[in-house]
Amino acid sequence: MENYVVEMLNIRKEFPGIVANDNITLQVQEGEIHALLGENGAGKSTLMNVLFGLYQPEKGEIRVNGKAVKITDPNVANNLGIGMVHQHFMLVDTFTVTQNIILGSEPKKGGKIDLKKAEQEVAELSDRYGLKVDPRAKIKDISVGMQQRVEILKTLYRGAEVLILDEPTAVLTPQEIKELIEIMRSLIKEGKSIILITHKLKEIMEVCDRCTVVRKGQGIGTVDVKDTSPDELASLMVGREISFTTEKTAAVPKDQILSVKSLQVQDSRKVGMVKGLDLEVRAGEIVGIAGVDGNGQSELIEAITGLRKVESGSIHLNGKAITNLPPRKVTDSGVSHIPQDRHKFGLVLDFPVGENMVLQTYYKKPFAKKSVLSYKNIYSHAKRLIEEYDVRTPSEYTKARALSGGNQQKAIIGREVDRSPDLLIAAQPTRGLDVGAIEFIHKKLIEERDKGRAVLLLSFELDEILNVSDRIAVMFDGKIVANVNPSETNEQELGLLMAGSTVEKDGER
Amino acid sequence: MMFTNRMFNILVPVISVLLGLIAGAIIMASFGYNPLNGYQALWAGSFGDIYYFGETIRQVTPYIFTGLAVAFAFRSGLFNIGAEGQVIVGWLASVWVGAAFDAPMIIHLPLALLAAALAGAIWGFIPGLLKAKLGVHEVIITIMMNYIALHVSNALIRSVLSENQDSSDPIKESASLASNWLMEMTSYSRLHFGILIALFAAMIMWFLLEKTTAGFELRSVGFNQHASRYAGMNVGKNIILAMVISGAFAGLGGAMEGLGTFGYMPTHSAFTNLGFDGIAVALLGGNNAFGVVLAALLFGTLKIGALNMPTAADVPSELVEIVIALIIFFVASSYIIRWVLLRFKKEGK
Ligand SMILES: Nc1ncnc2c1ncn2[C@@H]1O[C@H](COP(=O)(O)OP(=O)(O)OP(=O)(O)O)[C@@H](O)[C@H]1O
Ligand SMILES: [Mg+2]
Repeated sequence: MENYVVEMLNIRKEFPGIVANDNITLQVQEGEIHALLGENGAGKSTLMNVLFGLYQPEKGEIRVNGKAVKITDPNVANNLGIGMVHQHFMLVDTFTVTQNIILGSEPKKGGKIDLKKAEQEVAELSDRYGLKVDPRAKIKDISVGMQQRVEILKTLYRGAEVLILDEPTAVLTPQEIKELIEIMRSLIKEGKSIILITHKLKEIMEVCDRCTVVRKGQGIGTVDVKDTSPDELASLMVGREISFTTEKTAAVPKDQILSVKSLQVQDSRKVGMVKGLDLEVRAGEIVGIAGVDGNGQSELIEAITGLRKVESGSIHLNGKAITNLPPRKVTDSGVSHIPQDRHKFGLVLDFPVGENMVLQTYYKKPFAKKSVLSYKNIYSHAKRLIEEYDVRTPSEYTKARALSGGNQQKAIIGREVDRSPDLLIAAQPTRGLDVGAIEFIHKKLIEERDKGRAVLLLSFELDEILNVSDRIAVMFDGKIVANVNPSETNEQELGLLMAGSTVEKDGER
Repeated sequence: MMFTNRMFNILVPVISVLLGLIAGAIIMASFGYNPLNGYQALWAGSFGDIYYFGETIRQVTPYIFTGLAVAFAFRSGLFNIGAEGQVIVGWLASVWVGAAFDAPMIIHLPLALLAAALAGAIWGFIPGLLKAKLGVHEVIITIMMNYIALHVSNALIRSVLSENQDSSDPIKESASLASNWLMEMTSYSRLHFGILIALFAAMIMWFLLEKTTAGFELRSVGFNQHASRYAGMNVGKNIILAMVISGAFAGLGGAMEGLGTFGYMPTHSAFTNLGFDGIAVALLGGNNAFGVVLAALLFGTLKIGALNMPTAADVPSELVEIVIALIIFFVASSYIIRWVLLRFKKEGK
């Protein structure tokens, strides 16, 4: 007799025009980390939202500790000891960590909120699981990794025994991922159980006990992680073999497309982030920027695309200065940009997918004639991109908000790559994508390169940088500190360079 | 049970209105008045005969404009509480142009309307500019602009538009929207041609927002300013534009009073409430042009029909106001109704 804390049996959940979950069974044992694996849009988030009481299933049964329950809303889930950290965080920016954590279940003393006591409790919890969270910091001042820990604390504060983590590692840097894994281990030690959604097979192999696979809304089955391999998991979830390294020919770099000279850029708090940076990208090559988050990468990209002011230095595209041009002018001179934060910059979530596909080009022919939109052309364009980039959506009229995280990303990539610009800037393009989609996107980037485009790739995944780039520019403290050839380096060396060590390079000279 | 989104958007306001009517009935009954008589009087007083019908449509006209004004700003992500002040300056500008010049109607009337739209637009431009350039919240500025409009217009009416009177000089016939033909048809109600302009304005708003590239930008900025900037749109320009157009709609609402209903402008000791009611009209109408027309129709009906309740059903006018307020309350709390409906949707399987 197994000891299941949570059982979801034969769950079915429909949305208008789509069956998101069809007959999925998920059984979580006490004290295990249970992976939930599936392609983008397979229905993972939906299944977890059902467990958390956000959606009601059409069919199926949920049991907690062996007893059948009906989870009608998240409060019921909380009371049953189920907590969830969503794919996209739900925190109030201007509140402190503690205020966010107690929101909705505030401890009261004589009718007033007892913030002192709450802060103490939060600090204790944080210590117990090694979360290292400052209870008094404001959300807007802490890193994404820290915000995620706040979300975890929030569930623990409400007494969660089973934690649902929806793609927690997609937004983290490699270092933060290591720390999160430690945190998960200490949670398990304290008797908690975890359901982990991730697209990274490496992580599943490293921390999970068992793994349930879903494909296109169908439950495929559950496997013991120790009896399986990444290849088997991948083929289980996609239904075909996946190759993990990308085939490509050697690059043939031609004319200089992007040239950045002595660039200085500040962040929103007026602190210098890019400090005299030089960078060059040629037609027909992919330059990967490797670096630890917070070394000025985001500011660099925002400066190139016109979203952030350049303090000094110059940016040239095809020999023409684009320094401090407004975003539209930069776009029109031949730049596409897959932004790091898809919800903030990449999409208007309340627009249909079709209108998102023309976010930069809506005023141009054939999408508009004499300032009047041609919806027919807008939507047929969208339809083509949706097919070409395998964006899984009920239709081109569906609001972008209703798409799964990975499919939102694919929609953005389709839009940006399709414009076939001279320079394609891809910031974390495969964040949140499944292995099949990653393979596809990498192929697309290489295809663009072979068409003679310049590609600037920013990624925190060293695998990706090593696999896809033709040249790696290592960024540290606002400067490019080294240019290395991916075939002559490895993760260790890159890691050292990214940490600011120049010893090795000096020795070579 | 399955609701489509569209059905849902229609169902929510309809239920809000019904609940408001029921709550109003309960109040009337508990004070010992017959609610059936009360509502009969309301109906008779709004559509019961041709005179009341004319008066109702007349009242609907400015509501359409202020509803459109608030809705237009809403769709662009802005809360224009300043429709009230924009109505006042529009009214003022229209009667000023209407009285100060002599010109053939074909020139004079459009000129007076244009002046109203322009005045409202300027009153919207100022908060728009402050929001776009300095990030000052439009709600604060528009509220202040309302008071400025009220007091400045009173001062101007006394000093410039009349000789120390409590109302402006009447407008010339060539700037008037009033029509003997319409008045005779409706046994001398104050119905005027403004309703046609209002319906036309609703069509303009729909076309502008849904069909043009400018509307695409305004809606995009309304939903997500970051993504709009990323996509190359000028966020500040769109904020200003939205407030200017919104203000122009409200200004025209003022012209309906100035050139249509009254033919002059009295000094006001308090706000006209046309602009504030416009907020409720926009909310009930789901912030789209067609919905605003329907919601304005309802508000006009309530406003005019209510006048008949004290005389025809003996319901004291204070109670009538409570009933009207209840209906507005339920409309405004349509959020709650939406939530309850969603619960039903979940459980009704
Ligand atoms: N609120 C909604 N309304 C309509 N359809 C939805 C809604 N939420 C999800 N869907 C659809 O249900 C399907 C499953 O989505 P879900 O978000 O569960 O995928 P996922 O497995 O989490 O994918 P990803 O890895 O990309 O996050 C998708 O086709 C999506 O478009
Ligand atoms: Mg998901």
